[in-house]
Amino acid sequence: MNTNHIITGAEAILLALLKEKTDTVFGYPGGAIMPIYDKLFNRRHQLKHILVRHEQGAAHAAQAYAQVTGKTGVCFATSGPGATNLITGITNANLDSIPVVFITAQVASAFLGTDAFQETDMISLSMPVTKWNFQVTSADEIPDAIAKAFYFANTGRPGPVLLDITKDAQIGQTTFNYKRIKSIRSYNPHPALNDADTKKALSMISASKKPILFAGHGVLLAKATRQLEAFINKTGMPVAVTLLGKSAIDEDSPYYTGMLGMHGNYGPNVLTNEADLIIAAGMRFDDRVTGNLEKYATKAQIIHVDIDKAELNKNVKAHLPICADIKDFLEKMTPMISYKTDEAWLQKFHELNHIEKEKVIDRECSPHEGKIRAGEIVQLLSEKTRGNAIIVTDVGQNQMMGARYYHYKIPNSLITSGGLGTMGFGLPAAMGAQVGQPNRTVVLLSGDGGFQMTMQELGTIFQYNLPVKMIILNNNFLGMVRQWQQLFNDKRYAETQMPTPDFPMLAKAFGIESKLVEERTQLDTAINNMLHHQGPYLLEIKIEKEANVFPMIYPGKAVDEIVLEDAVL
Amino acid sequence: MKETYTIIAFSENHIGLLNRITIIFTRRHINIESLTVSSTEMKGIHRFTIVVVESEEQIIKVAKQIEKLTEVLFADWYLNDQIVYREIALYKIPIESAIQKNLEQVLREFNAHVVDVQKDFVIIENTGHIDDTEKLYEILEPYGIMQFVRSGMISVSKNRKELSAYLKELPINEYVKE
Ligand SMILES: Cc1ncc(C[n+]2csc(CCOP(=O)(O)OP(=O)(O)O)c2C)c(N)n1
Repeated sequence: MNTNHIITGAEAILLALLKEKTDTVFGYPGGAIMPIYDKLFNRRHQLKHILVRHEQGAAHAAQAYAQVTGKTGVCFATSGPGATNLITGITNANLDSIPVVFITAQVASAFLGTDAFQETDMISLSMPVTKWNFQVTSADEIPDAIAKAFYFANTGRPGPVLLDITKDAQIGQTTFNYKRIKSIRSYNPHPALNDADTKKALSMISASKKPILFAGHGVLLAKATRQLEAFINKTGMPVAVTLLGKSAIDEDSPYYTGMLGMHGNYGPNVLTNEADLIIAAGMRFDDRVTGNLEKYATKAQIIHVDIDKAELNKNVKAHLPICADIKDFLEKMTPMISYKTDEAWLQKFHELNHIEKEKVIDRECSPHEGKIRAGEIVQLLSEKTRGNAIIVTDVGQNQMMGARYYHYKIPNSLITSGGLGTMGFGLPAAMGAQVGQPNRTVVLLSGDGGFQMTMQELGTIFQYNLPVKMIILNNNFLGMVRQWQQLFNDKRYAETQMPTPDFPMLAKAFGIESKLVEERTQLDTAINNMLHHQGPYLLEIKIEKEANVFPMIYPGKAVDEIVLEDAVL
Repeated sequence: MKETYTIIAFSENHIGLLNRITIIFTRRHINIESLTVSSTEMKGIHRFTIVVVESEEQIIKVAKQIEKLTEVLFADWYLNDQIVYREIALYKIPIESAIQKNLEQVLREFNAHVVDVQKDFVIIENTGHIDDTEKLYEILEPYGIMQFVRSGMISVSKNRKELSAYLKELPINEYVKE
């Protein structure tokens, strides 16, 4: 195809996306973006467009699509309300470092700053929540702007970028000559790993007796899961993961010791304060991971490896901060290292986790009486899908249950809103994950509250017949907030109780198969039926109303003060 | 301990970057004492000179956040003894008081200049450190200051590898050959 002829800006946008190997866009049309949609009409066979029901949904879907495909997500919205509806989704992608190119339309450049119809200053609005943004006001700028957008989004520490493209730039004429970016002088996406650092790391590891490796989202983003596995298998070092680091290591690994943080596992949380060495791999010591910083990692030397220099020494002071790609680091370390971790140290994790199993997990996952519990549902699901599904969660107790009780084996098989904790993320993200991986089983775990925040996306699931399996864990409460009210506000359940609609009937309105389960005896069959169903399926399960997620590090407490159950319960 | 730090950052000359940099401070509730943006000895490169009173720990974090911006080449931070810094202040005072009180001695002491004289007022310019600006303000206050403005600090570092040497090694953009 000769692309050097004169075309409109709108056409140039689509051609540029094709050059970046985009084949799917999530979006919603409107006045200012009409020129792009008009050109899309003729290219709809090359560029699949998923018409969502709300732009927030498009943003979450594009992010989840990026996570399950390893590609850069793309999202379209019109100016004004279309664009502002994206903000939560952009922020979510920013906090979780997901590459998404957001393209918003803007009023014609002559109208900028005049409060024209559907004009909003998207550049200023999105500035704090994007890695980079840029306003395009002429068709000639389009190819280079899109090339930069993709380059910034998916290199270095990935993140969302936003291009705000005025209507006249879309309509204007330009010659198309697309060049992908190789480097930009003000930006170093691949800091070099130096020998002195790896040498120092090796000696720190050899001097340690109780090392532990923390695997964060960075391991998945760097596509370094095999390198992690090799390093761990060679050293026998215990590994713990952050919430977004889940699935960075196969949980069948004998060295896997669980999840860190507020609702993480007993072993790694307690032993964080026993360890004499922590290798923090592509993680950022979020406050939900560290608890009280004053009493965090009290005995440990810390090697912190992250591609983002600003994360080093930000929350936790590292004895050896290394600004590098975690893949480079692991690749270089593994052949050089001959260290073997003391088995007794690893054993300690398993012993503590065994206590958690008896006190928390068995009760949660194998109760014999009472109402159905979220844990048993997730565990059943895990067994039935043999850890092969992509699990998407919403936010709250459902999220913690999904993270804790599914047995993750395959990289990027948990899609969840980590940094922002966005209720309403789940359903649209599940839809995006399914679009990205049409042949895999995608299961949504949502609370009844979060589901109602974006449930209009049932319309999208119906329109494209996306075979998403949706489980609503219905406790008729904003469960996680209720848990805090129970623990810290003497059960004053202020505005957390919520009647719910007839969810199966709601699904039916969209032509989606559904079922309500209230009894434990129905559970097994219901999950089987859901999983075997060809198309989308909604399963509402009434669960114990006042169940809590444990273990828990109470606010302000140290990691090793994690409690297995609340004493006053 | 909080001290006066000067952050000097070099960036591409792009719209919106000033905003991106200042929100790094506002978000952390840090007050900017002075901020100047100017061109540099390298075409297309801009220089931000930002003075804040903060702890070193916080300054380092902020400087890293600035450097993290995709269009910033680098950001560094300095204590006052590591830079040579100046600001310009202009003072507009009524002509009568300028004539009545002994202005000549003040000007000489500060090495300040009269840059304009009109029927009703004189304008005095002084270049110096923040303290100088403020001291002169105190002295001139009894004269009745009609207007007062200061430029914000500009500074040159004593120790850094020069920007031009650093930039020579880097092409602006490179494209993938297909
Ligand atoms: C958009 C948004 N609003 C509010 C919150 C605060 N919040 C966190 S968890 C939670 C309760 C979630 O309730 P539900 O969706 O029913 O899930 P459950 O915890 O019961 O599993 C709330 C309100 C949030 N995280 N996101």
